[in-house]
Amino acid sequence: MQKEKKIKGISYAKWGYIFILPFFLSYFIFSLIPLADTIRNSFFEYYTSGLKVVGPNWVGLSNYASLLSTDLPKYAWNTFVMWILGFVPQLAIALLLAAWFTDMRLKIRCKQFFKVVIYLPNLIMASAFSMLFFALFSNAGPINNILMNLGIIGDAIRFTESTIGMRGLVALMNFLMWFGNSTIMLMAAIMGINPSVFEAAELDGCTHAQMFFKITLPQIRPLLTYTFITSLVGGLQMFDVPQILSNGQGTPDRTTMTLIMFLNNHLKSKNYGMAGALSMYLFAISGILCFIVFKINTEKEAKPPKDEPKKETKGARA
Amino acid sequence: MMKKKVLSALLAGLMLSGMLSGCGGGGNGGGSDSGTMEEGKVVNIYVWNNEFQRKFNAYYPNVSKTSNDLSVTYLEDGTEVHWIINPNQDGVYQQKLDEALIKQGSAPADERVDLFLAEADYIMKYTDPEVNAAAPISTLGITDADLANQYAYTLQAATGADGEIRGLSYQATPGMFVYRRSIAQAVLGTDDPEVVNEAVSDWDKFDATAERMKAAGYYMVSSRADTYRVFSNNVSSPCVDGNTAVVDPNIMKWVEQTRKYTDEGLNHKVGGQWIDEWNQDMGANSKVFGFFLPAWGLGVCIQPNVEGTDADDDWAACSGPQPFYWGGTWLLAAEGTDNPEHVKDIMLQMTTNREILRAITVEDNDMTNDQPLMEELAEDPNFSSPLLGGQNHIAVLSKVAANIDLSNISPYDQGFTELFQNTFGDYFNNVIDFETAKSNFETAILERYPELTGGVKWP
Repeated sequence: MQKEKKIKGISYAKWGYIFILPFFLSYFIFSLIPLADTIRNSFFEYYTSGLKVVGPNWVGLSNYASLLSTDLPKYAWNTFVMWILGFVPQLAIALLLAAWFTDMRLKIRCKQFFKVVIYLPNLIMASAFSMLFFALFSNAGPINNILMNLGIIGDAIRFTESTIGMRGLVALMNFLMWFGNSTIMLMAAIMGINPSVFEAAELDGCTHAQMFFKITLPQIRPLLTYTFITSLVGGLQMFDVPQILSNGQGTPDRTTMTLIMFLNNHLKSKNYGMAGALSMYLFAISGILCFIVFKINTEKEAKPPKDEPKKETKGARA
Repeated sequence: MMKKKVLSALLAGLMLSGMLSGCGGGGNGGGSDSGTMEEGKVVNIYVWNNEFQRKFNAYYPNVSKTSNDLSVTYLEDGTEVHWIINPNQDGVYQQKLDEALIKQGSAPADERVDLFLAEADYIMKYTDPEVNAAAPISTLGITDADLANQYAYTLQAATGADGEIRGLSYQATPGMFVYRRSIAQAVLGTDDPEVVNEAVSDWDKFDATAERMKAAGYYMVSSRADTYRVFSNNVSSPCVDGNTAVVDPNIMKWVEQTRKYTDEGLNHKVGGQWIDEWNQDMGANSKVFGFFLPAWGLGVCIQPNVEGTDADDDWAACSGPQPFYWGGTWLLAAEGTDNPEHVKDIMLQMTTNREILRAITVEDNDMTNDQPLMEELAEDPNFSSPLLGGQNHIAVLSKVAANIDLSNISPYDQGFTELFQNTFGDYFNNVIDFETAKSNFETAILERYPELTGGVKWP
């Protein structure tokens, strides 16, 4: 009896734990402890005035309360607008390109070359990319010069001084940087679909559009959700592009001030208390958003296929 | 199940220990171990651009060579001078400097800040005896006799509340109105500084001249911020009183004037200073009449933009509507430096050595901190600036320099100026109305300086 039990007890799982131990150790030291510290700091008044340190003094929830009276919702809105303006075209173009590149009947040449080219913007550091756009679109920059020399516009377009211009530029940069990445991910997902499904559809006289909407899209839904979540989290953390484009001021009228830029403004005076409280709000927001997306996704997976009409509407919403 | 419990207990435990351990340390700046110890091998100098670095490499007597990327200057005795450059904009320089100064006590000797530079906008932050960031120059062995020739205001600005001088400047920074001779000739019929000065000698005349410039197809000034210093230097009180930010009526006059200039096309609507368009407006093809600049502006701003063009002698200077100053660079010895002898020598050579100061003035057009020398050059018929078509700008400036008053500076000036210009920039661009600009400024200043809980007092 006992012997048998022992044999049953042999588990190779411990090796698994040992192998992942380094990650968890470094996570504890470099992520979890600072995280705990952030939470702790959020209950204190703690900043520097010049070189003099004020605090830490226990203030309870007053940091949280005073943040609510700031323009926090406005910055959340800014972040959302700039994210969605970039994300929608990013996903649309990525889907289109992925469908083209993986289509057997379209014989696109130099596929590999195009894949590299569309991925290239992602290799540039976001800050460098932002500097480039700052120079390109400045009032006396090359874009304005070209447009003026061609006679398309009479006066320089002041891109960086209007809300639409600035938000548009930020969205454009986010789009350019990430559509290549999404394309390649979606291609991988599409190529993972069993080709016989496409062949069968083709034999049945399925059109391109039908194949895309009835086969490809439903099959790659898990990866679409993944793209959606990562992009959402990335969007929430949007910082370097608008920071550099607006010199850290969120101009004009603080309409390009993102949540993380707002956080960064508090760190200029090393205001750990306020910054900690703000981080907690961000933590809560991203947690809620991810939960919602996750919920939508798992619900779909769990539903049996007979529940067709409901699934359709859900799919349209996502 | 069991494993999950263990794991969660572990997690919770780590979290708790994290909370309890907190972030100790930090330590305050200011070691106490300057004195008779061995000199370190590395002198670390914190600066915000390469202006002082260039002057140091060119004029400091003990320089032997520089590294290829200019980040290190080697001295004759083998000591290395390391340059740590962070831009002033958005408060980055002060942020980096503060981080380094706070670590000063615990940093290895060769990594400590030895010398750092500060501008008039924020020098008070570092001369405060309570924070003990800069060493009084008396502890380095610099005496009043060494400083006899310096402009009194440069010493007052660097004096802390305890009466100790903590910084020395190589510059005097009275301002002038620098204009294009060719445009003056075309519009006013003459480029003679005396006559042109008559046309801009008070704000009413300045406005009238601006109208004439516009009628002839020119712009009076380039950026909206160009006249800011002239107004902000003539305020009646510092910009912060206790925990309240105070906007002086004179600054609101700047808002009013700039609103008018922007609406009527009297300025070139450039968003700010130190950007591409501003530099281009100093170039040969510019239609901008003039700039408010101190002497350093000739070498730092105008010279690089006109070098090798027709406009490289097309400038002249007059004193303009109101006296003002702009900038000024002070050298401060960091408390806890391991190179007090080197620091002392650099400070003395660069701010009191008459031959070096003369060379800086003659070659870079900069006005240096030696009152008798400046007065001598002001009278010297052989001294003139080629950039200004042979005019002696020191003669224009030396009267102003004697009357500079820095009694209204505060540690908050840099943030105040930057944020004020930015928030009102949106107002000038018609993105927001006047009231929104005011409330945006209130938000921004409280973010930058959380201690200003008293809000903003508008005139």
